Amino acid sequence: MRLNMLSAAGREIPDSIAGRKTVAPYRGPFASGPAGPRAPMPASCSRPGENKTLANLKEAIQAVGLKDGMTVSFHHHLRFGDRVTNMVLDTIREMGIRDLKFTVTGPHPVDDLFANYIEDGVITRMEHGFIVDELGPILTRGLLREPVTIRTHGGRPRAIEAGELSIDVAFIAAPCVDRFGNINGADGTSRCGSLGYAMADAQYARRVVAVTDSLSQAPLTRISIPGTQVDHIVCVDNIGDSSKIATGAIRSTKNPRDILIAQEIAAAVEASGLVRDGFSFQAGTGGVSLAVTQLVAGIMQREKVHGSFLLGGITGSTVSLLEQGFFDAIYDVQSFDLDAIASLGSNPRHVEISASYYANPHNKGCAVHGLDVVILSALEVDTKFNVNVLTGADGVMRAGPGGHPDTAAGAKLTIIGTPLLHGRIPAIVDDVITVVTPGETVDVVATEYGLAVNPARQDLLQSFKQARLPVVSIQELKARAEQMAGTPKRPEFTDEIIGVVEYRDGTVIDVVRQPVAWAGR
Amino acid sequence: MKIVRNGQAGTLESGDVMVIVSPRSPEAGAQLELEVHSIVEAQYGEEIRRVVRETLSELGVVDARVTIQDRGALDYCIRARVEAAAHRATAADGEK
Repeated sequence: MRLNMLSAAGREIPDSIAGRKTVAPYRGPFASGPAGPRAPMPASCSRPGENKTLANLKEAIQAVGLKDGMTVSFHHHLRFGDRVTNMVLDTIREMGIRDLKFTVTGPHPVDDLFANYIEDGVITRMEHGFIVDELGPILTRGLLREPVTIRTHGGRPRAIEAGELSIDVAFIAAPCVDRFGNINGADGTSRCGSLGYAMADAQYARRVVAVTDSLSQAPLTRISIPGTQVDHIVCVDNIGDSSKIATGAIRSTKNPRDILIAQEIAAAVEASGLVRDGFSFQAGTGGVSLAVTQLVAGIMQREKVHGSFLLGGITGSTVSLLEQGFFDAIYDVQSFDLDAIASLGSNPRHVEISASYYANPHNKGCAVHGLDVVILSALEVDTKFNVNVLTGADGVMRAGPGGHPDTAAGAKLTIIGTPLLHGRIPAIVDDVITVVTPGETVDVVATEYGLAVNPARQDLLQSFKQARLPVVSIQELKARAEQMAGTPKRPEFTDEIIGVVEYRDGTVIDVVRQPVAWAGR
Repeated sequence: MKIVRNGQAGTLESGDVMVIVSPRSPEAGAQLELEVHSIVEAQYGEEIRRVVRETLSELGVVDARVTIQDRGALDYCIRARVEAAAHRATAADGEK
């Protein structure tokens, strides 16, 4: 009989979950620290004249000794243009290796055939940062042997450094590699810019294989992942398509509703008093976020404010603010378009950072803890300000945390921008289906029907009222959404756990159960 | 209101609904045949059927085949589209 514990976000968490050594419920954004020293880094040696380059993936997989039951990791910097993940999995399948744990740092292409890796038993377990649309139904069918672990961008390097996620082989899609195995993402034919998410994998994986389509004859002068961490190099025809990086989450908007939300958010940022010299800022790549970024730059110009750093996923729009002198630096953990990739390669103020430096709460200082303002989105927010960015209204996983919980915990001001309705589905509800970002780290929810301020932030509420901003209560927003759309029927769930949502510190904030409609499919 | 031909209203745009109201063969007796496809079936399927039946009842439509392709329309939009489609499916003034 499993006993249920309660996470501080009010969610029932079983005291044992398949595949997890321990289950500690979430107790608060900064309630826990590291449990002990970091995991040992693997050590190996080389001899003069050794050649790291192998003929093909099969040779590399043999050389690293990949066996049934091991853990393989990949990064997502090439996003939907990535070809390495499928290339490697296909080779592994051909070689008859099975029962792998598969982990990717974020969204990657999943085609119609991907389910076969699971049905055929090649992949039996997963630890992921993001569940792309096509993967959600596969996982919801409950085909994995253990629930998928969902980690934030900061939580993943923390788990690797703590030895909770132990990687046997990291396959690194490497846009440019020299013969020593030094890697960067700024040169080569299939550039992805920052390699921030791959760095912890390269440091801690037992073996590291760089997969490249650009082997440089000259030694690299810009090194993101040093050859000291790379066992083997494999050259392939094409590691991916850089032009497909800027798809999916990234879009600019002409939608008047989104622009209205963006204007409200910008006014709220100004009223908070945080836009002053030394200002630091992160906004996502959605339409509202991009519009807010431009509006905030306008405020900085008008008030003659000089900012400190821009953080996070970087786009051409952020790059242009750096070039116009609004900020001193960009800290780039992920380059989201070709302009950002070019800037990372040429502008010394555009700095590549690791995911651990970006957002890991268990090191000596991460960048998100120095943020003034972050603008985020949501699938759902509840009247306790908890945010769901993982499960859709049908209970199926279709997105993921990314840096959402990390930046919300770190920033002085966290604003969630969302339309009141997604299609017909209310975005403001009594209880979100899955808590990913806890309400105590969220300050403001901005919709086209006004701004709701977390009651814990009476200071903000006063500032917003003084600035005559359209302030409403979160309950009013929820009532208004239901008045317009009607109350949606919520999915019912079985007891079967298909996903575990880790907070950034490694505690369990919520679990994803299988919707009744999916049982036995 | 007697349905004598196919009447259509609405679009397949997000937030809209396409409604087709058509006559049924007279032998089977007066009946409403409802076919609903919706992207929010799980959340609002019952509500959509209730609103469609209520709107048809208010119009006095008792014998028709009604096809709904819903893209997340709100109730007022569903009512308007059903009403327009039903009117387009009835005999115009002076027509026999």
